[in-house]
Amino acid sequence: MANEVILLDFWPSMFGMRTRIALREKGVEFEYRDEDLWNKSPLLLETNPVHKKVPVLIHNSKPVCESTIQVQYIDEVWSDKNPILPSDPYQRAQARFWVDFIDEKMYDAQRKVWGTKGEEQETGKKEFIELLKTLESELGDKTYFGGDDFGYVDIGLIGFYSWFHAYEKYGNLNIESECPKLIAWAKTCMQRESVAKSLPDSEKVIEFVTEIRKKFMIE
Amino acid sequence: MADEVILLSVWASMFGMRTRIALEEKKVKYDYREEDLWNKSSFLLEMNPVHKKIPVLIHNGKPVCESLIQVEYIDETWPGENPLLPSDPYQRAHAKFWADFIDKKVNVTARRIWAIKGEEKEASKELIEIFKTLESELGDKHYFGGETFGYVDIALIGFYSWFGVYNKFGNMSLESECPELTRWAKRCLQRESVSKVLPESEKVTKFIFQRLGLE
Repeated sequence: MANEVILLDFWPSMFGMRTRIALREKGVEFEYRDEDLWNKSPLLLETNPVHKKVPVLIHNSKPVCESTIQVQYIDEVWSDKNPILPSDPYQRAQARFWVDFIDEKMYDAQRKVWGTKGEEQETGKKEFIELLKTLESELGDKTYFGGDDFGYVDIGLIGFYSWFHAYEKYGNLNIESECPKLIAWAKTCMQRESVAKSLPDSEKVIEFVTEIRKKFMIE
Repeated sequence: MADEVILLSVWASMFGMRTRIALEEKKVKYDYREEDLWNKSSFLLEMNPVHKKIPVLIHNGKPVCESLIQVEYIDETWPGENPLLPSDPYQRAHAKFWADFIDKKVNVTARRIWAIKGEEKEASKELIEIFKTLESELGDKHYFGGETFGYVDIALIGFYSWFGVYNKFGNMSLESECPELTRWAKRCLQRESVSKVLPESEKVTKFIFQRLGLE
């Protein structure tokens, strides 16, 4: 039976990007469907009734929700090529720890950078740069977070890179001067086809953030 | 070489309880060390420099942080006894989804009942809703994973020892609001790993009362 894989997603979502990259790393054919988050499709509401969020991965009609869970699922189902998680249990635990760190901290911090003003924004900017520095320190001199091979933590983080120019514009930041090694890592990741194909253009993201700010912020 | 396993935790932590239950299920010998969260040991700060939180599992000198990550690590490192996660990828994803739901929703809501004045009524309503969602997921099953005790049961059961606290501060009875979940919890308590690890509800309630300087 052929595999039917559908991904309900939203093009600027750094979480959806994780699942896109994982599917492409494994060479899985999938149908990408962009959702309108202000007018969610019945399929989305049906396949993710608990959270009603994207991304949702639907494999042979069975939904898998939450991007990190999807990436792990993809790694287990299509286990024949490009392993995403290491095979050693301790290294797996370390990889999961760092993605959990990213999940716990990054979204809220980056949101403050582009989505708030004044003192709240200044605090947000400091926190955000601190987080990036912690991640940079974890990367160290390695090519990828896992060492020589592209993997789970790289996939967990790289989507945020497509938003970096938006953070720099609205947060008045220069990320490369703060975290040059992290930028170098991101550029290395962008050379992978799975990543280049899955991340939107930085300019498009800036346009999107501009629209969102108009809608929700008082300028 | 014999395994050296140390667990840094606090007796009342529903997160530490997860890791302890997993170790007990796997019959792993471990050295339990109680931390004082208002005076964290230098060892804890060294082993979890990023979050500085318990529980921390240290296996042959190497630390693993975050309770659900520890449970998965324990399952992978000692695969022989009592598998905690299913082997089928879809069922594994399903189990992880519900453990993630518990992590996202339960403590952040439950905490508001006793830790933030004025929020107890609203937070209690929300907690009941969350537990009813979990009850619906449990359905007629013996455990969340079906016939075998596993990952989702382990993720949730520690909160049962805090029901007394939530009931007192929320002026409610979770047992009457969520009878199916209560029945499930009592089934879990029949397992040695759980009954050994979960503290008595009254002990937790007394502890919180003392912390808040109440009678």
